[in-house]
Amino acid sequence: MLAPAILGLLIFFVYPLIASVYYSFTRFDLVSPPQWIGLRNYIYLFTQDPNVWQAAGNTLWFVVVLVPVRILTALGVAWLLVRAKRASGFWRTLFYLPALVPPVAAVVAFVFLFNPGTGPVNLILRAIGIQGPLWFNDPAWSKPSLLLLGVWVMGDVMIIFLASLLDVPQELYEAASLDGAKSWQKGWFVTLPAIVPVLVFSVITGVIAALQYFTEAAVASSVASGRATVGEGGGATLGYPDNSLLTYTEWLYVRGFSNYQLGYASALAVVLFVVASVVLLVLLRRVRAFTPEEAS
Amino acid sequence: MTVIAAPHARRRVLRWIGEHAILVAIGVLFIAPIAFVFLTSLMSNKQALTASLIPTSWHWENYLRVFQTVPLLQWFGNSALYAVLATTFMLVSSVPDAYALARIRFRGAGALFLCIIVAMLLPPQVTAIPIYVMWSQLHLTGTLWPLILPNLLGDAFSIFLLRQFFLTIPKEYADAARIDGCSEWAVLLRVIVPMARPGIAAAGLFMFFNSWNDYYGPLLYTSENSAAWPVAYGLASFRSVHGTDWSITMTMTILVMVPVVIIFFFAQKIFVEGITLTGVKG
Repeated sequence: MLAPAILGLLIFFVYPLIASVYYSFTRFDLVSPPQWIGLRNYIYLFTQDPNVWQAAGNTLWFVVVLVPVRILTALGVAWLLVRAKRASGFWRTLFYLPALVPPVAAVVAFVFLFNPGTGPVNLILRAIGIQGPLWFNDPAWSKPSLLLLGVWVMGDVMIIFLASLLDVPQELYEAASLDGAKSWQKGWFVTLPAIVPVLVFSVITGVIAALQYFTEAAVASSVASGRATVGEGGGATLGYPDNSLLTYTEWLYVRGFSNYQLGYASALAVVLFVVASVVLLVLLRRVRAFTPEEAS
Repeated sequence: MTVIAAPHARRRVLRWIGEHAILVAIGVLFIAPIAFVFLTSLMSNKQALTASLIPTSWHWENYLRVFQTVPLLQWFGNSALYAVLATTFMLVSSVPDAYALARIRFRGAGALFLCIIVAMLLPPQVTAIPIYVMWSQLHLTGTLWPLILPNLLGDAFSIFLLRQFFLTIPKEYADAARIDGCSEWAVLLRVIVPMARPGIAAAGLFMFFNSWNDYYGPLLYTSENSAAWPVAYGLASFRSVHGTDWSITMTMTILVMVPVVIIFFFAQKIFVEGITLTGVKG
């Protein structure tokens, strides 16, 4: 019964992982066989690559800003939904709906909504006397624009919070009230412990997703620049404006699949693997640290 | 008078209004993007270039025009093929995998499950290059097959999700069937699958949506062959080709959303339960 799974893991996970490490020590362009060059890819990566640090920095921005903002918004909206007892199904659907929109469609829509000259957002801002920024066309505003998009599609996280908030036994709140707990105390001592597992889960999945942040940034750059497509233009628009949206995985894509420097791109992949593993281990250890508290 | 007599009640009413006002306000913000996109999709090409929110004349023919501008039917066909085959293949392979992991005891089960978790959590970019090299040696780059075929060998996230669901089915059902002389396959197909329909449906829907929405995969494998593009990828490159035509770009944006939204409304309950299952019990 498990034969397909084991075969699948070997072909599409174990082998590529080992092959990535091997390729990372070679020069490889897909046409001629890989050629061993030792550590040179790694030395170039850490000392000479003109864009890798900026790309890593951009990805870090999404990990440190996008993940917490999304989670806090989702938690806030879920909390409001729990309190709004009437028509909660309607509200739930409404706030979940944007999360359903295919990411490419969502990005295209946002680039249009936020386009500086004629987009509805700046139009409305102008009506109340604010000169809106250039959003996706300004290096300082491009990441915050994607942050707004990330908040708009927070529905999947919200649904999980909603379920866990509704799972908290009502008796616990009543018992706390009898003991004279104030509402912030109920939140801290009753609600928070109940949602900690979900909080941890959403942080882990959020960080993992942010480390591989690609589609939204790539499509935003391509659409906002209004120039050739990512595939056909050989990654020419990736990072627009001014490399402010060039994420680490985009840079890996450019080196590997636009420039066909597969050896070097493998080195970038191995570094990503190490970073992702370390992050996962740290986060999972945190989870274990939480478990005894949960049990008591 | 009663309001004054009962300050607690008044405070509660005020708070209710306050909280709902926030909900309504946020709700408007959340729905506005789709509303503006829809309104723009009905504008004339010229009007969409001006700063206006509501169409002066309604151009429903945009929804026909977009099919003449790009090979949209073909792209929709590619998306449907990708999503349907990937989902079918995934279910055929992952359901038995998940059952074995959930209900059969064997050596190395823990290690195998850990492997699946790691495969599920690691960024796909880590393994993308050797996999790409493999498919290019099979001369399948330029098609969607590299994204469809691997599902025949199972999908890590789906296996994880299904296993979680199978664990919620009491052991006794499977045990009873085994005592009656059923093989493991018979237990799975006659007892577990019928009971696990919601979980299987949720895993299938996730797979369907993920394939339908996929951008990175098609970019890697089909970017140079526009005949193989799924519709989401086609949309991403649409505006660069038809640069200034916002109205028809928004028409296509709406068209890409529609199938997903329709499926969601038919299967909302399954979907919400599935998401909850990944998070709460995971």
